Amino acid sequence: MLSQPRTVAPVDLVVPARRSRGLWYETAHALLRRRSGQIGLILIGFLVLVAIFAPQLATHDPLQVLIDVEPNARRRTPPCIHAANNLPAWPLIRSFQCDPTMPQHLFGIDGNVRDLYSRVLYGARVSLRVGFYVVFVALVSGTLIGSISGYVGGRVDNILMRLMDIVLAFPSLILAIAINSALLQALDTSLLKAIIVGLRQVLGFEDVGLLTALMAVSLVSIPTFARLARASVLSIKEQEYVMAARALGASHSRILLRAILPNAMAPLIVAATLGVASAILDTAALSFLGLGARPPTPEWGAMIGAERNQMFTAPHLIIFPGLAIILTVLGFNLLGDGLRDALDPRMKNR
Amino acid sequence: MGRSTLRPIVLFGRPRMTKYIIQRLIAAIPVLIGILFVTFTLARLLPGDPCVAMLGEKANEVTCAAFNARYGLDKPIPTQFAIYFRDVLRGDLGDSFRYGRPVTDLIIERLPVTIELALAAMFLSVLFGVTLGIISARKQNSFVDVATMVGATIGFSVPVFVLGLFLAYVFAIVLKDTPFSLPPSGRLSPGMAVPSLPATLGLEKGDRLYGVASFLGNLYLLNAIVHGDMALFKDAVRHLTLPALALSTIPMSLIARMTRSSLLEVISQDYVRTARAKGLAEQAVLFRHALRNALLPVVTVIGLSLGFLLSGAVLTETIFGFSGVGRILYDSITSRDYAPIQGFTLITAIGFLFLNLVVDILYGFLDPRIRLG
Repeated sequence: MLSQPRTVAPVDLVVPARRSRGLWYETAHALLRRRSGQIGLILIGFLVLVAIFAPQLATHDPLQVLIDVEPNARRRTPPCIHAANNLPAWPLIRSFQCDPTMPQHLFGIDGNVRDLYSRVLYGARVSLRVGFYVVFVALVSGTLIGSISGYVGGRVDNILMRLMDIVLAFPSLILAIAINSALLQALDTSLLKAIIVGLRQVLGFEDVGLLTALMAVSLVSIPTFARLARASVLSIKEQEYVMAARALGASHSRILLRAILPNAMAPLIVAATLGVASAILDTAALSFLGLGARPPTPEWGAMIGAERNQMFTAPHLIIFPGLAIILTVLGFNLLGDGLRDALDPRMKNR
Repeated sequence: MGRSTLRPIVLFGRPRMTKYIIQRLIAAIPVLIGILFVTFTLARLLPGDPCVAMLGEKANEVTCAAFNARYGLDKPIPTQFAIYFRDVLRGDLGDSFRYGRPVTDLIIERLPVTIELALAAMFLSVLFGVTLGIISARKQNSFVDVATMVGATIGFSVPVFVLGLFLAYVFAIVLKDTPFSLPPSGRLSPGMAVPSLPATLGLEKGDRLYGVASFLGNLYLLNAIVHGDMALFKDAVRHLTLPALALSTIPMSLIARMTRSSLLEVISQDYVRTARAKGLAEQAVLFRHALRNALLPVVTVIGLSLGFLLSGAVLTETIFGFSGVGRILYDSITSRDYAPIQGFTLITAIGFLFLNLVVDILYGFLDPRIRLG
């Protein structure tokens, strides 16, 4: 019914913000006033800096095996900081003290005689990128599926949502494990080979296991965004300004892209921020099981998985990568919480 | 919004409810077929040739042809799917190459392990989550409130596998030789005998209920209660505590936060003020009026946590050496053992679908405002 050619000059359909400062300024302001937003931003900022300056901050090459490089380097040596010897021997400090003739390693040495501190630093690069890539793919495809589903309605909606239901019917990690194994099998097919080569170029990851894990986690995350986008589109589609755009003869894509989606973004932005946290968690879990990142990639989950049987003899190999995952996930969860409060006017008085 | 919802809960004789349940069941059918299709396809795409994987050096053209004929792998893929579909409807999930046993036997043996773990984790998370949520809402901005909310935020961000290893370290190494020490692996101490539930009930192999009885008997806590075996019960609880605790923190955090915010919202409503104004005791206001409505969103969160519990169980089982669903899925994927992969993903997906349906229906019962259909 809206197929007649556009005869009216396009108007700006974005609802103008009432205040002169604009919606984004308001949101940022509200976010910075909240403790969760502040701490989240600080944590993420810190991690991003660590990831960018990893080469400068690292004391060793994260992939270098130190056997012939440092005469005293032994596998799974606990942390060793010479300066700690001058401090009182309190329990936490004592675990960093060591014989001054031994080489310094801030977080100790891992099972393959590599410097753990440098590996954990470089791990920030891997995990942050994994989180963003997964969310980017899932957000774009999920929003596309969800908004088409909600906007078109009828049979298309039914089919798309049943497909999403099927994906959601599986516990996410179990489905990701199955998809990941299937992708690894299909590696010989020319299509997947081409995709992997392309992804390597674009993303800069060499690790095939990490790439397939990334694809599996992305696929599994799509339905969350699709459902959210659909719900938002459904509620906005009947608003008066959308009717107005329709009456003005705007095309479907214009209505969807200029009138509906900008106003449906708030819950999607929140979900995307929280999605980074769960993407990092899921990929780390796959790598922990040995189904994601492969050695020698410095990925936190893989580092823990490789040494999980050493928990009782060399706990530092679990504790430091573990803390790194916790801080990263915590940062994104806090930021997501803060954004939700800032973007949802109903929460303003809480 | 302030209108009272304190109508009595009527469970039966609501035609719209029955219609809703039937509609939901019908809507689940295409999803179920989709699930079957997905499990079948994914298993077929798995790495390598199952014959080579299973027979190893003995694999040659003759043995592989016999192997493929034995497991129906020589037929075209659509035929394989049709046969698979028919067998599933008959309750036959095929045989595992690796174990040389029917998948249903493996399910009877392994699924209870995961169910027990998930239920224990759910119990802990609801118990502590709801309690802490109520205390936080009652004493807003108190120390308990702030501590709970900070704890919930952090608890929500700790991966199951990291927490599991930390807990194992603390309770098995740091607290070793104290009364708090807990075993870090296995379901029971070595040498602990588990009585056979089918034998107790006088069932023989081949009886119709034999499978059901062995399934229930593999839930060790239930088994111990049925046999009145306190030593077994205590030992099983000690072994279950750490994995269940590791698995419970994320749902617990969600439930605590949801209970708190939902109770705070309800407490500010007019009907709660009215209840207070007519002189009801604070306890009555809280438990009879506010909490009943505040717990509705909590039911949703519990439903959403189920999938997480199943996913998390895979990781927890790996850490604590439980041979449950997670373990067998992992082993089957690495040895290209199709049937258990299909069987277990199918069972988890169906169970998950069913539980979500129950949660939705429960929600409809609890909240008459929900528009059905």
